[in-house]
Amino acid sequence: MNDAVPAIEVRALHKRYGEYEAVRGIDIVVRRGEVFGLLGPNGAGKTTTVEILEGYRKRTSGEVSVLGHDPAGRSIELRRRIGIVLQSGGIYSHITPREALRHWASFYPHPREVEEVLALAGLEEQGDVRSRKLSGGQLRRLDFALALIGDPDLVFLDEPTTGFDPAARHAAWETVRSLRDLGKTILLTTHYLDEAQELADRVAIVKDGRVLAIGPPRELMAHPPGHPPGGTHYRVAYRDASGELVERQTDDPTRLLNELSGAALARGERLEELSVGRPTLEDVYLELTADA
Amino acid sequence: MPDALALTWRQYRLERRMFWRNPSAAFFNFVLPLLFLAAGGAILSGNQHDLNKLVPAIAGMSVMSTTFTALAYNIVFLRERGVLKRIRGTPLQTISYFGGVAGNAVTNTALQIAIVVLAGRVVFGIGWPGHWGELVVFVVAGVVCFAALGVAFAHAIPNFESTAAYVNAVFLPVVFISFFVFDSKSAPGFLRTIAEALPLKPLIDGLSGAMVTGSNLSSHLDALAVIGLWGAFGLYFAVRGFSWEQSRT
Repeated sequence: MNDAVPAIEVRALHKRYGEYEAVRGIDIVVRRGEVFGLLGPNGAGKTTTVEILEGYRKRTSGEVSVLGHDPAGRSIELRRRIGIVLQSGGIYSHITPREALRHWASFYPHPREVEEVLALAGLEEQGDVRSRKLSGGQLRRLDFALALIGDPDLVFLDEPTTGFDPAARHAAWETVRSLRDLGKTILLTTHYLDEAQELADRVAIVKDGRVLAIGPPRELMAHPPGHPPGGTHYRVAYRDASGELVERQTDDPTRLLNELSGAALARGERLEELSVGRPTLEDVYLELTADA
Repeated sequence: MPDALALTWRQYRLERRMFWRNPSAAFFNFVLPLLFLAAGGAILSGNQHDLNKLVPAIAGMSVMSTTFTALAYNIVFLRERGVLKRIRGTPLQTISYFGGVAGNAVTNTALQIAIVVLAGRVVFGIGWPGHWGELVVFVVAGVVCFAALGVAFAHAIPNFESTAAYVNAVFLPVVFISFFVFDSKSAPGFLRTIAEALPLKPLIDGLSGAMVTGSNLSSHLDALAVIGLWGAFGLYFAVRGFSWEQSRT
């Protein structure tokens, strides 16, 4: 397989459930070795799109290629090269992680070592505990482990850290980064904007079945779509003498700060709680997905 | 390269291990028919005619409970828990997966029939089956028929909490009608018609011929035809519209 061929290519994808059109013309290209984030509110069409790519659903129209295969064909060859972490995938109640991984490993031609994957997922100590006795976070790590056991080239992560405590989230992020370092391609859907900002090389913001913006998080933050081009947007905030919080937008913070601080000094006041910030991905996201 | 047959075998072994680790399932599979046999045997003790009816009836019920009931429960549970969807996303082929699941059910049926036959010989004085070949034919036909019907019926069950209600709503009436008509010569005509058209009574007739009365297979071809028709009906609906995941509505 040629490295120049994208891992995922989606053109004019549509999916209709009866009268309802969940996906209305999505175009996405995910390059090999990149972590691609799919963001959007509930009902935006993220999961439908991902499930079409995973081969769970058939599209209504459009072109889709995953590692050079049409996922609707459900070929074994393709399934041998992808790993899937579902939003909610269950497991037998009476199986242990070590047994599950051994069993899952037998599905794949070149699986990874069971012990290595247990360690990667942080389940060394729970290897022989029956799944019904595992905590929610441990079960989620088992989901990761089962998706990775086949040594996939492409990994789908559907809301992988929902319900994690902060430490577990950071551990999961480390796992994702180590996967990227191994050259894996990752398609991530998430509700957590900081997660996308931390992990994704590029993101697509989806709403009502369409892509609103696409690009590296850094660029989307610097040049939010819908704003006049040129310049980076900064947000300057402070509390004025009357105690009111004031927020100003600018693409030239040096000049604005100079004006503000000059005026304050002239009045013999202080700029309390002064902060200069750049918009986060969350700001961009909220602005884009806000209902007009 | 893992091939489909090796994976079927692995799936079968996993299903067996999971079965034994679930004590309540093991109980329902093995202890319940024994309790039925013991209770029936105690009530009918000394009445060889009735014991001759009891043993094949329990054997038929065992086939139905290890396949129809067990598979309907299992499929709904695995579907609602998302296990089926997860497996669907792996390279494990459908044929290997269901081969393993069905093999597990068939093993339970075989074990139960063995227990019932042994109990018939040792405790209830009906001797070894007269026609082993006929016994195998009817058990296999019953397994295929009721397993397919169980998988098909799972489609109709909307969630795991209601599984017991749905399964018992079918299992109990079918068992009662079939037992009653099989045992009683005075059963009303319409009830007899219903029982003969359902697959359990023909299965019990065939098992009775093989285990007790010694009538040969050719006298039970109509029974085999009824089981076969239900089996074809079950297979069609088991495959068509099979759902790998929880319905979202």
